[in-house]
Amino acid sequence: MRALFSLFAVAVIIVVVVLAVTTDAGRLFFGTILPYAAIAIFLVGMVYRVIDWARSPVPFKITTTSGQQRSLPWIRNSNLESPRNKWGVLGRMLLEVLFFRSLFRNTKADLKDGPRLVYGDAKWLWLAGLIFHWSFLIIFIRHFKFFVEPVPGWVMMIQNLDGFFQVGLPIFYITDGLILAALTFLFLRRVLIPQMRYISLAGDYFPLFVIGGLVISGMIMRYTPLRVDITDAKLMGVGLVTLDPVLPEGLGAIFFVHLTMLTVLLLYFPFSKLTHMAGVFMSPTRNQANDNRVRRHINPWNPEVKVHTYEEWEDEFREVMKAADMPLEKDTESK
Amino acid sequence: MAESKPKPEILAKVDYQPPGDDWMELPVEIRPGTFNYAANPANAKYLDLPHVRKWQPTDDDWQLPENWQEIILEGLHDRLKKYRSLKVFMDICVRCGACADKCHFFLGSGDPKNMPVLRAELLRSVYRRDFTTAGKILGKLAGARPLTPEIIKEWFLYFYQCTECRRCSVFCPYGIDTAEITMMGRELLNSIGLGIDWITTPAANCFRTGNHLGIQPHGFKDSIDFAVEELEEITGIKVDAPINKKGAEILFVSPSADYFASPHYYTLLGYLALFHEIGLDYTWSAYASEGGNFGLFHSADMMKRLNAKIYAEAKRLGVKWILGGECGHMWRVLHQYMDTMNGPADFLDQPVSPITGTRFDHASSTKMVHICEFTADLIANGKLKLDKRRNDNVNVTFHDSCNPARAMGLFDEPRYCIEHACNHFNEMPENTIKEQTFCCGSGSGIGTDENFEMRMRGGFPRANAVKYVHDKHGVNMLACICAIDKATLPPLMEFWVPEVDVCGIHELIGNAMIMKGEKRTTDLRGEPLPGMEESDADESGEVKEVSEDV
Ligand code: HEM
Ligand code: SF4
Ligand code: SF4
Repeated sequence: MRALFSLFAVAVIIVVVVLAVTTDAGRLFFGTILPYAAIAIFLVGMVYRVIDWARSPVPFKITTTSGQQRSLPWIRNSNLESPRNKWGVLGRMLLEVLFFRSLFRNTKADLKDGPRLVYGDAKWLWLAGLIFHWSFLIIFIRHFKFFVEPVPGWVMMIQNLDGFFQVGLPIFYITDGLILAALTFLFLRRVLIPQMRYISLAGDYFPLFVIGGLVISGMIMRYTPLRVDITDAKLMGVGLVTLDPVLPEGLGAIFFVHLTMLTVLLLYFPFSKLTHMAGVFMSPTRNQANDNRVRRHINPWNPEVKVHTYEEWEDEFREVMKAADMPLEKDTESK
Repeated sequence: MAESKPKPEILAKVDYQPPGDDWMELPVEIRPGTFNYAANPANAKYLDLPHVRKWQPTDDDWQLPENWQEIILEGLHDRLKKYRSLKVFMDICVRCGACADKCHFFLGSGDPKNMPVLRAELLRSVYRRDFTTAGKILGKLAGARPLTPEIIKEWFLYFYQCTECRRCSVFCPYGIDTAEITMMGRELLNSIGLGIDWITTPAANCFRTGNHLGIQPHGFKDSIDFAVEELEEITGIKVDAPINKKGAEILFVSPSADYFASPHYYTLLGYLALFHEIGLDYTWSAYASEGGNFGLFHSADMMKRLNAKIYAEAKRLGVKWILGGECGHMWRVLHQYMDTMNGPADFLDQPVSPITGTRFDHASSTKMVHICEFTADLIANGKLKLDKRRNDNVNVTFHDSCNPARAMGLFDEPRYCIEHACNHFNEMPENTIKEQTFCCGSGSGIGTDENFEMRMRGGFPRANAVKYVHDKHGVNMLACICAIDKATLPPLMEFWVPEVDVCGIHELIGNAMIMKGEKRTTDLRGEPLPGMEESDADESGEVKEVSEDV
């Protein structure tokens, strides 16, 4: 149901775009106004998000340790899993962000007869996640060629690597296939695994469909007869970034669908779970060192609390302590 | 509870299929065996807790205070502003499900709301509705729902079916720590008078007498004195165990269960023997006679109130530094909270082992050292005479307690101690130890009789891994360094793997350690001490005679 709803929402958006861009006003709206608005909302929204998170302090150093602490000199500290210093934290974060270290740990529990609980490897989510994110990044970088002139050498290099196998005409980009496969996997596991279906919200399917729409419309423009004229696309792209927007006649509905999928994604970003892109850097269990006993962490709102002082305590128990011959601070009789 | 206890065959049949297709529609079932009783009003009052009243979870009407919704929402708002963890964790979960089957309560119960991700959604859904744009506009479609009394019941059930073990946090791609969310949830529940007795009463006891069990100073002294006598009977050596001794070099703090419960007690005997043998200048404290801290399971403020005693006492007694005994949640507080809350400990010295001269640089600010770190250092420097054969009657495996594992990274020190005290040590499968260790199922203050079924369910993954090494290697002893473990693993073992017993590491050390002038024929439990016949090689004739008597 929640999946269908999201699919429906994306379908409606596509239909609206296709219909709207038959008019000049529609082309202006979906080709210029909405993209600019989306970029603005995305940037402001994400910056606001990060500032808003940062406004809440980190009262305690609650590192989740996944490896040996630093203690005695002859015990090997695992600096990447239980960082003893900033470098360890940096390494841990890099592993997390670039290679999804924690997701790599994933296992799948199975209850067998006996009863016996077994934990099998479950790297598919990690693999699909990694492929999805890296493909997304590479595709994103490849798109620079539509926005800047001259195209930087390193962008071309990445593009050439992506087309390394030189199959098809135009040359097929590996990342296009990979991201489609990864998206399909991410979607299927959400609908086919009962627990996944159970925990998924409409908001979990929506970005999958939007990105799916984005990728497929993009591929249609590259690999099918509905091919877009690259020079037109570049004119439009350069216009967009040089704040001198133009909408060449040659750009068809499919191009606007593609652009709008990106626009919708940008609009959706700051208000959704996609903020994990920035939030992962601010997770207090991951971005702090396990050096609690070496460096005192300060809690800016450390409250005054009512305690039971030694004096009050001794006052309460003096008699029994005396009877038991225990040392006292204040001996009532001797005074 | 005298009601019939569940059977392992029944509990072992877990159905992981979620019922229906919408968890928000699932009714909350307060079923016997799966929840904890409400706080005793007198003890809640003693702690000045808000909205104290007599109620029970089985009541239909929980008599929530009139403005309960306001209190909860304001409390949530307040905590979002005080804890970045909460705010970030509320926003960034992608529901990838990686954490789902990592929770022992889900693995043992199959209840979908015990998947960490859903446990968090219980709170997140309310957060969305009142604190996010999407939730305000789209409502249920965005996973938001209005706060109802039913939701409060749900929180009560599931925030007390989480042991704050942080296993989920290890697997989450963003480190989302459901324990942190549970802690916030419990604080909110407490703010409307919904605490449980097993947390409130120990906290009140600890606040008043200095320990969770409510043992008064003279009773504390009696217990320690009794242990000294008992140790003399076993070893023929009378050790000194000073209490509240000013000017001692080291203050020793351990969980109160060590001197009042079994099998903790044998670990206490182990500490006493060890400190005597190395001639440690130390003292116990009756005021700080609790290392554990049930405040951790209640609220940050309560944690601070109880924890304050340790530094205060160290200061009063004028010790140089503090040594801490075997306890899990105690060490979470000591390692991650104490210095921040009640420090700086600038009146203490940099901890240095008086025996080996080792500087414990890793504790230079907090000035508190874990006993396993301390003992491992002694062993590494050859300061202890350990005869492993004396532990030949046990085949040991080691249970990493959640907190020393995932909030400290204390893995190798205890293992080093075990390996030097025992010949037979076999690890459980790697997915069930170290940072992936499974909780005993009864931590965080929910180890009650009334909650028995849920504890056995939650402890199932742990017990199952023990069963594996029991069947495969003949393991018969589960060693651990946690007072809650020592209290709750024995019933768990009895339920799932009855052949396996539970002990502390310093019990093993105490058994293996050859003391100068000892006359031992039994181990610390009073059972025959294996290997005595051969162990006399480097010992006095006296020992030899005794062992030949065996
Ligand atoms: C440490 C860094 C990151 C990790 C571990 C991570 C992990 C994930 C995971 C597990 C999903 C959910 C897949 C699913 O189950 O459906 C996801 C989705 C997504 N991520 Fe990331 N991500 C990271 C960083 C980023 C960054 C930097 C971006 C920047 C563009 C990004 C963009 C997305 C998008 C667009 C989705 C949408 C697909 C969906 O919602 O399922 N992520 N990410
Ligand atoms: S692993 Fe983390 S991101 Fe994934 S569902 Fe669990 S809490 Fe959410
Ligand atoms: S902290 Fe432990 S008990 Fe709580 S949800 Fe996570 S895995 Fe489960």
